[in-house]
Amino acid sequence: MTPAARRLPVSGDATASQRAIDPELAGGRPEAAATVAAPSRREEVPGRRALLGLGPPLAVGAGLALTWHVAARASGGDLVPTPGEVALAIGELAGKGVLLDYVVASLFRVSWGFGLAVLLGVPLGLALGWYPAAFRALNPVLQLLRPISPIAWIPLAILWFGVSDLAPIFLIFLASVLPIAMAAAAAVHGIPVVYLRAARNFGLKGPLLVTKVILPAALPQLLTGLRLALGVAWMVVVAAEMIAVTSGLGYLIVDARNAGKRYDLVVAGMLLIGVIGLLLDQGLRRLERSGHVQR
Amino acid sequence: MCSADGAFISVRNLSVDFQPVGVLDRVSFDVAQGELVCVVGPSGCGKSTLLNVLAGFQAPTAGSVRIGGAEVDGPDKSRIAVFQESAVFPWLTVEENVGFGLLGLSRGERRRRVAAGIERVGLGGFEHAYPPQLSGGMKQRAEVARALATQARVLFMDEPFGALDFLTRLKLRADLLDIWRAERQTIVFITHDVEEAVQLADRVLVLSRRPAAVVAEVRIDLGRPRDLDAPAYLRARDRILELLGVTRA
Repeated sequence: MTPAARRLPVSGDATASQRAIDPELAGGRPEAAATVAAPSRREEVPGRRALLGLGPPLAVGAGLALTWHVAARASGGDLVPTPGEVALAIGELAGKGVLLDYVVASLFRVSWGFGLAVLLGVPLGLALGWYPAAFRALNPVLQLLRPISPIAWIPLAILWFGVSDLAPIFLIFLASVLPIAMAAAAAVHGIPVVYLRAARNFGLKGPLLVTKVILPAALPQLLTGLRLALGVAWMVVVAAEMIAVTSGLGYLIVDARNAGKRYDLVVAGMLLIGVIGLLLDQGLRRLERSGHVQR
Repeated sequence: MCSADGAFISVRNLSVDFQPVGVLDRVSFDVAQGELVCVVGPSGCGKSTLLNVLAGFQAPTAGSVRIGGAEVDGPDKSRIAVFQESAVFPWLTVEENVGFGLLGLSRGERRRRVAAGIERVGLGGFEHAYPPQLSGGMKQRAEVARALATQARVLFMDEPFGALDFLTRLKLRADLLDIWRAERQTIVFITHDVEEAVQLADRVLVLSRRPAAVVAEVRIDLGRPRDLDAPAYLRARDRILELLGVTRA
C-alpha cells in the first residue's frame, strides 16, 4: 500500500443522514429502505428560512445607504450625490429609454467576449491539464501574459479594431480566456485518479473519455473558474467602454462626467454595474450548486 | 486459456522501483482460474502498487504478468478493478454507473445486465440515486455491480471494504462470497485486514515490508461459510499475524 493510495475516500464518509438510508445499517432490505430515502439531493431550505436569510444583507445595505446619505448631506452635496439623487438619476435614464439600451450593450459585449473565451479557453485548458508536455511548454507564456492588465491592451485594441464593438469584445476575451484556461487545467489536474483508472479499465479513450469522464469530473471546479472569469470580464467591459465606444454602462459613466459633471449619473452607472455583476455571479453560483454538478 | 503449468494469472519476478526506493522486489505467484486469493502485508508495503500492475494501470520496472497466457500491457474490460476510494462516478446515477462498461452493447442487453448487476448486489430501488446520496457501503456495492455487469472473469479488488464500518464490511464480505460462489470469477483481493483475508480466501499471500516480496503463501483449507471460532481458522490467522511480525501475548 503506497502512501499515495492511502488517500481519504473521494466523497468523504457517510453522514448521519446517509447512514440512515443504508440498508446494511438500517437492518432492512434496500427495497424497504428506498421508501424511506427521499430523493432530495440537499436539505430543503424552507421559504421562511430563505426570507430570513435575506434579512442581514438587507440590513447592512440599508445601514450603508443611510451612512452614505448622512455623509453626502454633511459634505454639502458637492463631493458625492445622495442615494435619493442617484435613484432619481436611474429613473431619469429609464425615462429616456437609455437604461435598458446601455445595460444590453454592455451585456452584449460581455456575452461575445466571454463566450469566445469559453469556447477557446475550456478546450485549451483541458488539453493543458491532460498533456503535461503541453502544460510545461505553454505555462510560462500564459503566466507571463496573465499579470498584464487587460486595460494595458486598450491602445492596441483601438489600433486593431478602431472604435467599434470589436475592441471591447477583444479586451473581454483577453481578460477571461487565460483565467478560464488555467481553471480548466487545474480542474483536470484535480480529477481523482480512480475515475481515470476506472474509465481506462472500461476501455474509454479519445472523445468518449473526454465527454463521459474528464469533462463531467472537471465540471465543478471548472464552473468556479468560469464564475471568477465572468467577474473579471464584467469589470473589463466597463473599462473598455470608457474608451472605445459610445454606448454601455462604462460609456455612461465617462459621458456623464464629461458632458455635464452629472455625478448622480456617474454613481448610478457604478451602482448598476455592481447590481448586474452580483446577478451574473448569483446565476453561475446557482449553476454550480445545481444537482448534477455538486459533489 | 491457461499456461502450461495450469496457472491462470502468472506473476513472475515482478519488480517496481520508485526511485530511490524499491516498492516490489521480484514478486512471483500464480492464481488458478476461479480462485480467490487475498494479499496481505504491512501498510505501505506496496500492495496497491502490485494491484495497479496486475490490472495494467502501471508498468512494472521488471518482470511480467500473464493472464490467460497473454502478457498484460494495459487495463482491459475483461478484468475490472474495484477501488477503496469509491470510483463510481458521482455525476451518474447508480443505473448509469452500472451500465458504464456496456457502451458497445444493444439497449436490451445493456438493460438486462444492468438490472442483473444491481439485483446481485442488493441495490434494487436505488437505480436512480446518485452516489453522493448513498452510504459508503452502497457506493461499493454499486462499484461491484458495475464490474459484474461487464461479466469480467477477473476482479482486482484493492481494499474495497477498507473505508467502511465494521458491520457493513462483514455484510459486504458475505455478499461478495455469495456472488463469487455463484459466478466463480478469479479474484485477487488486497487487504491489510488479516481476519478479512482468512474469512475470504482460498489462499493468502503474505508480503514483506517494502520493498515487498512474497514471504509465504498460506492455504486456507476451510469450508464456507467459515466458523470464525474454529481452531483451524484461528491457527491460520495467527500464522499470518506471525509472518507479519505481530507477536501475540
